[in-house]
Amino acid sequence: MTDHDKSDTLIPDEGLAPASTALPTADVMEELATPPRSQWRDVWDQFKTHKGAMIGAILFIFIVLGVYLGPYLWSIDPTQIDIRARNQGPNWAHPFGTDQLGRDILARMMSGGQTSVSVGITAMLLALFLGSFIGVLAGFFKRLDGPLMRLTDLFLALPLLPLLLVMMLLFREPLSAAFGLERGIFILIVCAIGITSWMPTARIVRGDVLAIKEREFVLAARSIGTSNSQIITRHILPNVLSPIMVSATLGIATAIITESALSFLGLGFPPDFPTWGRLLFDGVDYLQQYPERVFWPGLAISLTVLSVNYLGDGLRDALDPRIRGR
Amino acid sequence: MLNFTIRRLVLAVPTLLFISLVIFLLLELAPGDPMAQVPLTVPPEVKEKMREALGLGQPMHIRFWKWIVQFFWIEPQVLIDAMFGTTFSEGDLRVISWQTRSPVMDIVVQRIPQTLWVVGTAYVVAILIALPIGIYSAYRQYSWFDQMGTFVSMVGFSVPPFFSGVLVIVIFSVQLGWFPSIYDTTLVVNSWDSFMLQLKQMIMPVMVLALQITAQLSRFMRASMLDNLNQDYVRTARAKGLSEYVVVMVHVLRNSMIPVVTVIALGIPAIFGGAIITEQVFKVNGIGQLLIGAIQANDLPMVQTLTFIFAVLIVLFNLIADVLYGILDPRIRYD
Repeated sequence: MTDHDKSDTLIPDEGLAPASTALPTADVMEELATPPRSQWRDVWDQFKTHKGAMIGAILFIFIVLGVYLGPYLWSIDPTQIDIRARNQGPNWAHPFGTDQLGRDILARMMSGGQTSVSVGITAMLLALFLGSFIGVLAGFFKRLDGPLMRLTDLFLALPLLPLLLVMMLLFREPLSAAFGLERGIFILIVCAIGITSWMPTARIVRGDVLAIKEREFVLAARSIGTSNSQIITRHILPNVLSPIMVSATLGIATAIITESALSFLGLGFPPDFPTWGRLLFDGVDYLQQYPERVFWPGLAISLTVLSVNYLGDGLRDALDPRIRGR
Repeated sequence: MLNFTIRRLVLAVPTLLFISLVIFLLLELAPGDPMAQVPLTVPPEVKEKMREALGLGQPMHIRFWKWIVQFFWIEPQVLIDAMFGTTFSEGDLRVISWQTRSPVMDIVVQRIPQTLWVVGTAYVVAILIALPIGIYSAYRQYSWFDQMGTFVSMVGFSVPPFFSGVLVIVIFSVQLGWFPSIYDTTLVVNSWDSFMLQLKQMIMPVMVLALQITAQLSRFMRASMLDNLNQDYVRTARAKGLSEYVVVMVHVLRNSMIPVVTVIALGIPAIFGGAIITEQVFKVNGIGQLLIGAIQANDLPMVQTLTFIFAVLIVLFNLIADVLYGILDPRIRYD
């Protein structure tokens, strides 16, 4: 699209200078000088056609913005206790009502969302880093392939949720003592989720690296004396970016669900430090009287995960060159 | 094929040993003290004796070895004794739970039926629902049915069981009052009425679990059908005048089922492992709930044994899935 637009705008200029014979060559030069359509533009064009993915992306951005910028607009302190206004239904002062201690649920949802979303994103980054690192090493260095893939299989054979629970139980005290209660548990949850969810990324990345390693451009790079680390960072990593991006989106979704599950089982963040899972867990006690207290955090978790999943789905289609042309 | 199976079985042994070591070492770091509940009036030397009675006095590697012997040598003997009435295991020390002071395996055997009933039923229901949905949405790709199926399975992926479970409790047991929200394990099914009660209390957990499993399986079935529907042999089958039903349900379906069957096999450990969260929500006292209870009570032998049983099941069914793949798909030869 851009190429045509540019040549269209060029024509009037040429008309204004009719005597110049150098123009046709200049035109060709211009044509050559305009960069070819970049891959990311193609990806974006394809991504735009996937309606679900667009809605998912907008919804996810909306949730993230609402959670991080919302507290500036809705400035009630989520920990402020107002025992006289407890157990209120939705009203103008408290659109989502108040909980059993009179804390505003909307404010708690926002601050809980900050924790949930940041746990999700950080844990995803950690898992992605571990997964890509191990995948690239296993795919690129033949000697490391066997041991690293056995390690991956081993991790896949571990019963993950039980182990996560055990880890939460074991390291809660020492880490809270070392880094403070909230930060300690944040680090613990992020590390626990990251360490137990890198395996799919590693497998996918390894497969792609194995294929790319044999291509001619890698051979060319090697023949001019490029070192291994440079081949990996300059030539291999950019080419395995698309599977990494897809597993990134799916990783956010699983991390958010895992964190909420841990909080729901009472092994996540402490009670005065809300996350969506914790709010849901607290709401279950008042299920019969105030079912909306369970509904809001659950809806927030489900919507976030749903939007991220659709985003990942659209991204996978957009990044797949076989589908993109159609 | 036999060669492959044997090789994989042999390879599974070090894997499992390593996993058991990892679990053991992880639990070794546990800060909890099993003597914490003992009253303070008990003198320290008595406490020390109690500790030794629990097998805590010895160094780490000896305890690990003892656990391995108990789990792999004594527990099978107990099983044989129970089945044939022999007395191989008499006088041997079994893996003892710190919570109940009774053998861990006895408790596991008590809990397994509940888990198998609820989670197993959900799995069967999910397979029965997912396969037709997958087949039809692949056959009519991009139709409204397919779009709906995609949406529903996305929702199934995204709504965590601790929310969908609570939601169905709010709707069906708080608002409508149709089903009980707590699963009653003491119910004995011996009449039509008690059977109906059992059915009623199973509906909600099964529904929640089945939604999740259906979401995954139907996506997989659809993708697998789509792979096959454009193949040449399908065109050949149509060209020689076979009816559409035969083409889809016999030719395409049989080929598409190969990966799906292995995926179904891979999901079976999760049945035994129990849906930990769903069991917690509906208070089904199955394996998953046993594990949560044991973790909260710091019952290390129980946690270790249960986690290890899950690991064994995962390794075993991975192996079964690989072998099944080789048997079902003649193009795949491992030897």
